[in-house]
Amino acid sequence: MSFPWAQHYQPKAPFMRWLDEKLPLPRLVYNAIGGGYPVPRNLNYAWNFGVLAGFCLVLQIVTGVILAMHYAPNALVAFDSTEHIMRDVNWGWLMRYAHANGASAFFVVVYLHIFRGFFYGSYKAPREMVWLLGVTIFLLMMATAFMGYVLPWGQMSFWGAKVITGLFGAIPFVGEPLQIWLLGGFAPDNAALNRFFSLHFLLPFVIAGVIILHIWALHIPGSSNPTGVEVKSESDTVPFHPYYTAKDGFGLGVFLILYCAFLFFMPNALGHPDNYIPANPMATPAHIVPEWYFWPYYAILRAFTADFFFVPAKLMGVMAMFSSILVWFFLPWLDRSPVRSGHYRPTFRKFFWVLVIDLLVLGYCGGSPAEEPFVMISQIATAYYFLHFLVIIPLVSAFERPEPLPFSITEAVLGSDKKAVLGENTTPAT
Amino acid sequence: MATDTGTADSETLATEDGVRRRDFINIAAVSAAGAGAVITLVPLVSQMAPSKDVLAESTTEVDLTPIKPGQAIKAMFRKQPLFVRNLTAKEIAAANAVPLSDLRDPQSLEERTKDGKLNWLITMGVCTHLGCVPLGAGEGENRGEFGGYFCPCHGSQYDTAARIRKGPAPKNLEVPEYKFETDTKIVVG
Repeated sequence: MSFPWAQHYQPKAPFMRWLDEKLPLPRLVYNAIGGGYPVPRNLNYAWNFGVLAGFCLVLQIVTGVILAMHYAPNALVAFDSTEHIMRDVNWGWLMRYAHANGASAFFVVVYLHIFRGFFYGSYKAPREMVWLLGVTIFLLMMATAFMGYVLPWGQMSFWGAKVITGLFGAIPFVGEPLQIWLLGGFAPDNAALNRFFSLHFLLPFVIAGVIILHIWALHIPGSSNPTGVEVKSESDTVPFHPYYTAKDGFGLGVFLILYCAFLFFMPNALGHPDNYIPANPMATPAHIVPEWYFWPYYAILRAFTADFFFVPAKLMGVMAMFSSILVWFFLPWLDRSPVRSGHYRPTFRKFFWVLVIDLLVLGYCGGSPAEEPFVMISQIATAYYFLHFLVIIPLVSAFERPEPLPFSITEAVLGSDKKAVLGENTTPAT
Repeated sequence: MATDTGTADSETLATEDGVRRRDFINIAAVSAAGAGAVITLVPLVSQMAPSKDVLAESTTEVDLTPIKPGQAIKAMFRKQPLFVRNLTAKEIAAANAVPLSDLRDPQSLEERTKDGKLNWLITMGVCTHLGCVPLGAGEGENRGEFGGYFCPCHGSQYDTAARIRKGPAPKNLEVPEYKFETDTKIVVG
């Protein structure tokens, strides 16, 4: 679906006309991310992160498939084959560092993409399905990233796998058999490593499939925008290409500069030195931490130190950790405010920034050792996290008085609802 | 379906409530295919369970002769550390002196050892908090405030009966299933 004024695909070359009749794939692309997709004219740089996330997925698949050509998923040789990639394979060091830092980059842009959604109310009707699919993609990403981190079979890989699969052991009755079934053994070993490799290879393609659904669902109502006011007329939109391909291209350039700074100048800054020690089931590293992108959830997991009614502390922590993301699925119905954008919601806006700080605090605590004061800070921050979604958001949306919305996107951009004339704002100042 | 244009005698085959023979074939075929699909899931799911070679390694024998009182060794059981400890009389007394009501996971030393073998404490070397390997089995390792085991990850402390006394772990170190084959040999698992 698209707006009635969307440009139509008109192949000029005879071959393209022939192809369009047989398999209209170029038409599909043109209507999805080309000139045939009208997009609100007022998108800011917060709207770059979807394209950047797509770029990261491609980057991870390309480098990952290459790494899989040189890696051996066997507990006896996995660590050595990773070092073989680093030392012997031509450009192997680049592929591995690009993949490891690519995972971090992927999470950076996806977190920014999600927080764009939080602030601008992108999850609200009619885009609930876009949001639900997005949260699904995020969960798939977390599973993929976790299993990928196990593959080098270093100390952090092994103990990370042990701690995370140990979480399933907290489930009453079925927990322990479930954990043994997941691992194919009583502790992480060859069986677990092999299946993690298989699934780590599979899941990115599942993610690619869900991304297609995510974009499909987005194209039914069309993209949201910083005012949250829906598109009313042709003057509210510009074609995706060339306007946003250019804007996303600029964003991609900035992103690549930052990414390459990590890749070439501090490739191990986000990793953990203990993972360069081969996995040893008989000795635990002194301080087990997951990768930085899991720190907030790790803090929530460890925040539960006492039994809660009849629920053991460990199970409580596991449930809270999973709920912290599952609660996002309910966000479109927890936030009842008809106004989408945080720009016009003064109270919501303040709580949004408190949530950002809360998550940063949780992240810091999750990366710290489990000792005071971090445990207590994690507990307070965890309580606030759930308070934000389950109490503050519904209450604010019920009682807040939003600021007046512009009549249209064009009015928000130009100050009046007149039709834009090409080049009218380009007269150079004298 | 508005009208039945099937075989000429389909009208006569219809029962009073309009059920035709074809409906029966339909349901039977879909049920058979469905049951087949469900049965196919059995190998797909159970291939993930531990394989024969993993299960074959699921018992471990430990020779107790070299372990002097006060010493402990780390053995391997199901790819996880197993602590085998020969308690001194003093350590047994220390464990028995603690009232059960003081414990987070109340168990006496007697319940955690075999009859008449009060000095042989056999436990998993897996902290019940998040699965780290506690210190205290090796020579000269930190045994914590209670003289048993100390987990360096999150500071859980276990006493001389490997019972949780302090820190985040919810349970005592697990006592695996084992039996004394002879007075100096145990079979675990």
